[in-house]
Amino acid sequence: MSDVAQSKPDPNLTRVPEVGSAPIGSAAEMRLTRLWESAPGWRGWLSTVDHKEIGLRYLVTAFIFLLMGGIEALIMRLQLARPDQTLLTPEQYNQLFTMHGVTMIFLYSLPILSGFSNYLWPLMLGSRDMAFPRLNALSYWIFLFAGIFLYASFPLGEAPNAGWFNYVPFAGLEYNTGPNIDVYALGMVLLGISTTVGSINFVVTLFRMRAPGMSINRVPILVWGTLTASVANIFAIPSVSLAFFLLWLDRQTGTHFFDVVNGGKPLLWQHLFWMFGHPWVYAVVLPAMGIVSDALPTFCRRPLVGYSAVALSTMATMLLGFGVWIHHMFATGLPTLALSFFGAASMVISIPSAVAVFAWIATIWLGRPVFNTPFLFFAGFVLLFVIGGFSGVMTAAVPLDFQLNETYFIVAHLHYVLLGINVFPVVGGIYYWFPKFFGRMMNEILGKWSFWVMFIGFNVGFFPMHLAGLLGMPRRIYTYAPHMGWSTVNMVTSVGSFVFAAGILIFLINILISLKRGAMATQNPWDAPTLEWATPSPPPAYNFAVIPFVASRHPLWEDRLDEGGGRSSLEQGYLLMEGREMIGTTPLDAKPDIILKMPDDSYTPFFLGLFSALAFTGLLLHWRDFTVLMTLACSVSLIVWMWPRKALVQRVPDSIQDKGATHG
Amino acid sequence: MAEAMQTAQSLPVGSAGNRSGGWWGVLALIVTEGSLFGYLLFTYFYLASQTEQHWPPDGLPTLLMPGVNTLILLASSVFVWASERCIQRRQMHWSIASMVLALILGICFVVIQLHEWSIKTYTMTSNLYGSLYFTITGFHMLHVIVGLIILMMLLLWIVLGYFDDRRYAAVTIGGLYWHFVDVVWLFVFATLFLSPYLY
Ligand code: HEM
Repeated sequence: MSDVAQSKPDPNLTRVPEVGSAPIGSAAEMRLTRLWESAPGWRGWLSTVDHKEIGLRYLVTAFIFLLMGGIEALIMRLQLARPDQTLLTPEQYNQLFTMHGVTMIFLYSLPILSGFSNYLWPLMLGSRDMAFPRLNALSYWIFLFAGIFLYASFPLGEAPNAGWFNYVPFAGLEYNTGPNIDVYALGMVLLGISTTVGSINFVVTLFRMRAPGMSINRVPILVWGTLTASVANIFAIPSVSLAFFLLWLDRQTGTHFFDVVNGGKPLLWQHLFWMFGHPWVYAVVLPAMGIVSDALPTFCRRPLVGYSAVALSTMATMLLGFGVWIHHMFATGLPTLALSFFGAASMVISIPSAVAVFAWIATIWLGRPVFNTPFLFFAGFVLLFVIGGFSGVMTAAVPLDFQLNETYFIVAHLHYVLLGINVFPVVGGIYYWFPKFFGRMMNEILGKWSFWVMFIGFNVGFFPMHLAGLLGMPRRIYTYAPHMGWSTVNMVTSVGSFVFAAGILIFLINILISLKRGAMATQNPWDAPTLEWATPSPPPAYNFAVIPFVASRHPLWEDRLDEGGGRSSLEQGYLLMEGREMIGTTPLDAKPDIILKMPDDSYTPFFLGLFSALAFTGLLLHWRDFTVLMTLACSVSLIVWMWPRKALVQRVPDSIQDKGATHG
Repeated sequence: MAEAMQTAQSLPVGSAGNRSGGWWGVLALIVTEGSLFGYLLFTYFYLASQTEQHWPPDGLPTLLMPGVNTLILLASSVFVWASERCIQRRQMHWSIASMVLALILGICFVVIQLHEWSIKTYTMTSNLYGSLYFTITGFHMLHVIVGLIILMMLLLWIVLGYFDDRRYAAVTIGGLYWHFVDVVWLFVFATLFLSPYLY
């Protein structure tokens, strides 16, 4: 084998990546900008695959869904503020609480975290993009279209109305003849595609796209959280997609999966739904806990206490979640299923969660806290976490659960968990990373106001719900009689809800003002330790002019912490600029393994997303030919997408000479 | 920095076999699709264990045709594997021939399966077993069809001379998906055709 190719390797196929530096304004840096920037105008807007752009879109879209769900909630609270109100009909109330639950659970709480992770992962890991930039764009577009799809029937008064967990037989054709449930079922299958491809992208990114030296024990906790959530999603999403698909088949083609008369089993629905539901709860809290674990230490001026313990407890939470899931599968007796799922999940989650809580408290305790807005949100989160966890352990006790199940106690608990562990860290996270996103600081005075108004409003609004539950008020009722003794608590709850909403409003105003007039942010305004703060604010399209070499968990604090392992190199590193390139590293030690060719901007993700959404619309409206046509369009888009290309070295490129010519 | 200097080694560029992103992506896809079939079969066993109906309604399934069909599908996998090996050895003609055979076998599987469907006495809606049988085999059929389209594209690309022994990740990745579709069939087969013999 004394081949020419053997003795003189083709530099298109193997090469030693050049090490160098590329300060702002240098020829190399300008070249990187040209390579990575999207086209201006609507073309770039539709075709961009930049993870930062996609991350921000996720954040904005999910936040709009939070506002929509919030408005639905406020309308419900108006209706419940006093007894015997007639603002809403029972059917309208059903649709409102269902859409509120669906919006908050599926369209807000996970997507907003995907937004953070999309924006932050490559920056934290020292990469130039995610592993599959085009898949990332696809995941966003499908999420957007699925959200619109789920809302499409709302204006017609035909929105999903069987609660977010949609139990059969009530959700079956017999009791629910309108399009309401079909919209929910198909919308969820569509959304499931988005979540799945997004999760795959995160997992592969973690394994392959870290800067050299960013070994697995050096990645930020947010990465651990999102990784855990994504792995869980990869296993769990098919369960719920299948459940909704079978339900749709039952309703539309007359199969018998849930059909009691013909041997179908409604309990099957609950199995499939909760097998997914357990991991999902972790998926919407673990990344948010990761936000706190990464950002809180910055304001305590010291590293997180017990990094390994927190990372391991994150993984343990998921493993336990799978344990509970299996226990759901085998112990098919009714009592297990009667347990409220939030209760059971909380009981299991409580042990590793306690580890995390103690780690945060110890970090605050041993540090020198700086009391600015993000810190307040994170500290508030820790408090709410403890309260939510406590009521969770209460409902996890079976006898008490029989008392409290389906009462407002559950509503109180789930809001403490979801708002406490998701909304507060998210808002705090936006305050924290806003300077990175937009290059401007947020206003501190308004920030503190927004925190206190939200915090007080939240507790005034939701704490009394525990009482309402203990007084026996069932959930999901559209009104109640004056002599039940629930009037005062409900009034207080409604007032609190509006105060909380006012807090959110202050936060929004703060964003608008800060976008225009905020003080300009430096590269690292909080003096934080992690890699995203080593890039300019906002980061350039290529993220890192050179791929850094990472030597510790806190690359920007190496001057003051001596963690051993030497110094990271941020100014000198791999240049990689023969086209869009990134270094691929080994999964555990992050040793350089390959030079990856990253795809350019492309319209295919947008069209694939659009065609799949249209195919689902066709299914919903029984337009057979249209559905077939759209499915074909999807296939064509996929083939175009997958077509092997020389630029990505999926095919062997032509010889080096004419490649040099194209560089000009 | 000392660490940095040591990393100045030569690295492959682009989609190089199982170092490429696509390889990792399709592995993750297989995990999630595998779970999907796991839930489908769970649904089958759950409903079968609770039913009071005669199960399966036609009596025990005959094994001959499904068995032959299983062998056909497995053989197809072998030829996809062989096709990839031939590329590695630069035997492009053999690679093409092998891929064509794999495709033909895959299409045989579809035809036989369609025939199997047509001779059933029940439909998707006539009883619970029918719903399960047609949904599970239908899901699998969908995957086979997607797999066949992938094989066709691979064949086209090989014919167009896109790949050689240095870069052929698409064949590795597409082939992996096809192997997955075949392995899943073994589980479907065991569930629908073998498990009724156990009780
Ligand atoms: C302004 C803030 C909020 C208010 C005032 C509010 C209020 C309510 C009300 C009144 C209900 C209906 C209770 C019933 O009749 O049974 C409800 C249900 C629910 N809420 Fe909220 N909520 C808020 C925010 C959130 C957030 C941020 C989330 C999740 C991230 C969330 C998740 C849920 C869920 C899952 C349900 C259950 C829906 C169902 O029963 O199917 N809520 N909320």
